[in-house]
Amino acid sequence: MLSSQIKSNQIVFGNCNKDLLEEIIFYGIGLGADFVEIFIENTDNSSVLAEEDFITSVSPSFGRGAGIRIFKGKKDGFVSTNDLTKHGLMRSISQAIEMLDITDNKREVFNGLNKHRDYSLSKKKWINEVPSIHEISEKLLVSTKSLKKNNKIITRKGSYSRNLQEIIIASSDGTYVSDIRLHQTVGLNVIASDAQYRSSGSRRFGSSGMPNEFRIWDHEKAANDVFESSMNMLYADYVDAGQMPVVLANKFGGVIFHEACGHLLETTQIERGTTPFENKLNEKIAHESVTAIDEGISEGSFGSLSVDDEGMEPEKSILIKDGILKKFISDRAGELRTGHKRTGSGRRQNYSFAAASRMRNTYIAKGEHSKEDLINSISEGLYCKSMGGGSVGATGQFNFAVEEGYLIKNGKLTSPVKGATLIGEAKEVMPKISMCGNDLELAPGFCGSISGSVNVTVGQPHIKVDSITVGGR
Amino acid sequence: MNSREITTQISKTADFLNLKKWDYGASFSNDYSVQVDKGEAKQLKASQKQILTIRVWNQSNLVGITTTSDISESGIKKALKQANIASDFGNKNESTEFSPLAKEPIKAREVKKRNPVGIKKLLTLLREAEVKLIESHESIKSVPYNGLSESFFERVYANSEGAFRSYSKSQAALYLYARAEEKNKKPRSSGSVKIGYGADDIDIESCIKEASNKTISHLNYSSIKTDKYLICFSPESFLTIINAFSSMFNARSIIDGVSLSNKNSIGEKLSTEALNIYDDGLHEKNISSTPFDGEGTPTKRLCLINRGRIENFIHSESTARIFKTTPTGHAGLGSKVSVSPDWIVVEKSEENFDLKTSIDHSTYEGEFVYIEELNAIHAGVRASQGSFSLPFDGWLYKNGKKISIESATVAGDIKYLLKNIVNIESSQEVTTNGISPHIWVDELSITGDA
Repeated sequence: MLSSQIKSNQIVFGNCNKDLLEEIIFYGIGLGADFVEIFIENTDNSSVLAEEDFITSVSPSFGRGAGIRIFKGKKDGFVSTNDLTKHGLMRSISQAIEMLDITDNKREVFNGLNKHRDYSLSKKKWINEVPSIHEISEKLLVSTKSLKKNNKIITRKGSYSRNLQEIIIASSDGTYVSDIRLHQTVGLNVIASDAQYRSSGSRRFGSSGMPNEFRIWDHEKAANDVFESSMNMLYADYVDAGQMPVVLANKFGGVIFHEACGHLLETTQIERGTTPFENKLNEKIAHESVTAIDEGISEGSFGSLSVDDEGMEPEKSILIKDGILKKFISDRAGELRTGHKRTGSGRRQNYSFAAASRMRNTYIAKGEHSKEDLINSISEGLYCKSMGGGSVGATGQFNFAVEEGYLIKNGKLTSPVKGATLIGEAKEVMPKISMCGNDLELAPGFCGSISGSVNVTVGQPHIKVDSITVGGR
Repeated sequence: MNSREITTQISKTADFLNLKKWDYGASFSNDYSVQVDKGEAKQLKASQKQILTIRVWNQSNLVGITTTSDISESGIKKALKQANIASDFGNKNESTEFSPLAKEPIKAREVKKRNPVGIKKLLTLLREAEVKLIESHESIKSVPYNGLSESFFERVYANSEGAFRSYSKSQAALYLYARAEEKNKKPRSSGSVKIGYGADDIDIESCIKEASNKTISHLNYSSIKTDKYLICFSPESFLTIINAFSSMFNARSIIDGVSLSNKNSIGEKLSTEALNIYDDGLHEKNISSTPFDGEGTPTKRLCLINRGRIENFIHSESTARIFKTTPTGHAGLGSKVSVSPDWIVVEKSEENFDLKTSIDHSTYEGEFVYIEELNAIHAGVRASQGSFSLPFDGWLYKNGKKISIESATVAGDIKYLLKNIVNIESSQEVTTNGISPHIWVDELSITGDA
C-alpha cells in the first residue's frame, strides 16, 4: 500500500486526507451547521539578520495547526487548534457548534468533497530550491558591506525571511484544495549621522512563488538606493505644515490608495458600517483619471495567490473604472452578509485567524503623463519619493509618513524635507487625484488588519493629488 | 505534555543528540472571544495555542534557536536538531549565556487566576454592553468595533542547569468603539478598553460610560489652525509617547546604534527635575504582570529617570554583561534576545522645582490642546531620530470652551518634548499601558487646516 493510501486518524501532509476531512465535515453538518470549513497549515519558516558585518540572528521555525469555521445563518464560530488528530478536529467542531448554540433541527446536505484541486504539485520542490541559510548569510553580508559607503553610515542592517506554507482547505460546499506558498522578503536599512543630524533609509523587496528570486536580487542597486536616500535626507529641514499639491512616487507610493481607499472597499467595512462607499456602487467616487485594480494573479508579486484561504481562485477585480466604483473586495462572510460576490480575497495570516476580505496586489492603473508632467504642473508643493507606513481610522481618516520628500518650486524639485505626514479622508482625496503617470510599478508590503498580517503589493504610477494636508513642524 | 514533561523530554532528547547546554521558553493558552453586531453574535472564537522556543549552545558556545507549535516528541527532536544547525550561524561577536538570575528565588505573589465564564456569558455581557452604549445617546448609531475576550495561559522557562520557572494566569479584555452620526456632520468615533483578571472583574459600566462620553464629546468638532500650542497630554497619550521612545532606556537599542542614548548617557539630564519614570512590571495595578522574563530573570521595579536624569537602562543577560551590570528582567527569548519595557509609571517627584503647578487640565482657562489619544504610532515615530508626527484625538480649549479637533497631527522631537514639560499634575491615572499624571508641554507643532 502506498503511503498516500494509508488511512490515518490524523491529518498528514502529503497523504490523501479526504475520508477524514469528509468525516469531520459530516459531523459538523450533522450537528446543525449550515456550513463547515477546515483550513489546515504546515509551515516551515526561517529568517536571518545581518548587522554591520556579522550575522546576528538566524531563526528557523515550523508549526502546524487548523482553523475550523462554522456558519449558522449569518453568524460564525471559529476555533483554532494545534491538534490535527481526528479527535482534536472533532472536538474543535463540537466547540464551534456549542459556541453558536445551535438548537434547531434543520440540517444542510453535504454531498462529500469534490475532486481534489492540488495546486501544490509543481511546488513541492521549492523547499529544496530556496537558498540555504549559508547562501542567505553570505549574500546579506555582502549587502550590508555594500551599504558602507562613507563614515556617516553608523548602522547597517540586512534582513531576510522565508515563509513556506502548505495548506489544505476543505468545506461543506465540496471545496477540497491543497497548495504550497512561498514568500521571500529582504530588506536593507541604514542610519546615517553627522553631528546633530540623523537620517535613515530603508527598502524592502519581496516575491511569492519564486525560489530563485533572492539569488538574483540586485543587492548593489538596492544598497545604492538606500544609501542615497539616507544621504539626501541627512541635512533635510523639517517640512512646513499646510495644504498643498503633492506628487506621490510610483511603487510604494501606492500605499496612499491602499490605506485611503482600498480598506474601505473591503466588505468587512460594509459589515461594520464604516465605509463611506457602501451605497456608492456605479457612482463616481474618484477623479475620472483614476482606475484602480485589486488582483491576486500577477506572477511573482508579493500578494499573488493560486487560491485564496477559502479555496477560491483569485480574480482580477476592477474596483474603480474611470472614477466610478465598480466592485468591492469580498470573502465568504462578506458575500453572506453584504451580498457582494466573492472575489477570491478571503485571506488570513495563519490557521489561528478566520479569513476576511483583504487586498492582494492593489494598484492604480497607469495613465498617460510622464513624471515630469506632474511635477511641472505644480508651482509649490511636495514630492513624496519614498513613503513610510500608514493607517486608516474608524471613520475613514488616513495618515502616512513620508520617508523621503522634496519640495517642488516652480515645477522643479528643490530641497529635501523630513517629518512630513500626509493626512486626509478617502472620499475627499480620491477626487483630487488629477493626473496619473505612465510608470506603474508595484512594491511589496505587509498589511495588518482583522485577519492578521498578510503579504500584499501596493502600486501606482506617479500620481498628482491637487491638495492634501501635510503635517510637519 | 505538561511543562515538567516537556522539560524532561527536552533533556532526554538533548542528551540523545549530545547537546549539553540548552534552555527553552514555552507558552500554552486557551483564548475565547466574542464580537457582536446590533444584538447579534457576529464572530465567536476559541483557540488553543502552544508555542515552544528552544535554544542550544554548540561546542563553540554559539547559540542556535528554533520555534515550533509542534510539542510532540518528534517536534521537540526536530526543534533541537534545527536549533543545533542554526547554532553554526550563531553570533560570534556577542555571546549569550544563561541569566545569572534564572534560579534566583522569586517572591511568591498572589496568583489572580479566574475560571472561564464561557462563550455564552461573554456573548450575553457584550450584547448588553452594545445595547446600553447605543442607547446612551441618540447620535450613537453603532459600535462597529467591539469585543470581549478571556484568556488562560501558562508560561514556562527552563534550562539545562536546572532552572525551572512557571506561572499561569487569566486575563480578560473588553473594548467598545462607538460611531456617532449627526446630520450634515462627519461621523465621529471613539472608545474605551478595560482589562481584568477575568470577565467578571471588568468594569463594564465604566467602559460603556467612557466610550459614550468620549464619542459624544467629539460630536461638535472644528478644524484647528496650524500653529504651535500649549499641549496637555492625557496619561494614556503620554505613556504612548514614552513607550514609543523607550529605546532611550534600552541597552539593546544602544548597542545596536538605534537609540538616542549611548553607553555614557546615565546621568544625562533629559527633563525637568520634577519628572520620575519607572518601569514597574510588578505593580499591583498591572494586570498583565509577569514574574520573570524570557530568560528567567525575575521582573523588578527599575527607575529609568530620576529627577529628570537617566538613572538606569533596561537589560537582557548579554547587554547587562556588556554594560557590566545585572539583567533587569526585560528580555524576550529569541535568536537575538530583545529587550523591552514592561509597564511604565510616570510620577512627579516630591518637589515641584520649576513646574507651573497652577496649570491643571480641569481648571486652566487659557488656550491649550488636550491630546486624548495618539494614533498610528508605527507610521509616525522615528525612534532612532527622536522625531514624531502623529495624528491624535483631542480638543482645543479656548475662551473657556472645549471643541473636538476634526483631524490633526502633533509633531516634534522627544528630547524637545521632555525638556519643555511645564507641569506634571499631581494626580496619577491607571491605564492599560501604565500609570501617569497629565503632562503639560509648551510649544508643540499642531497641523490642522492651513
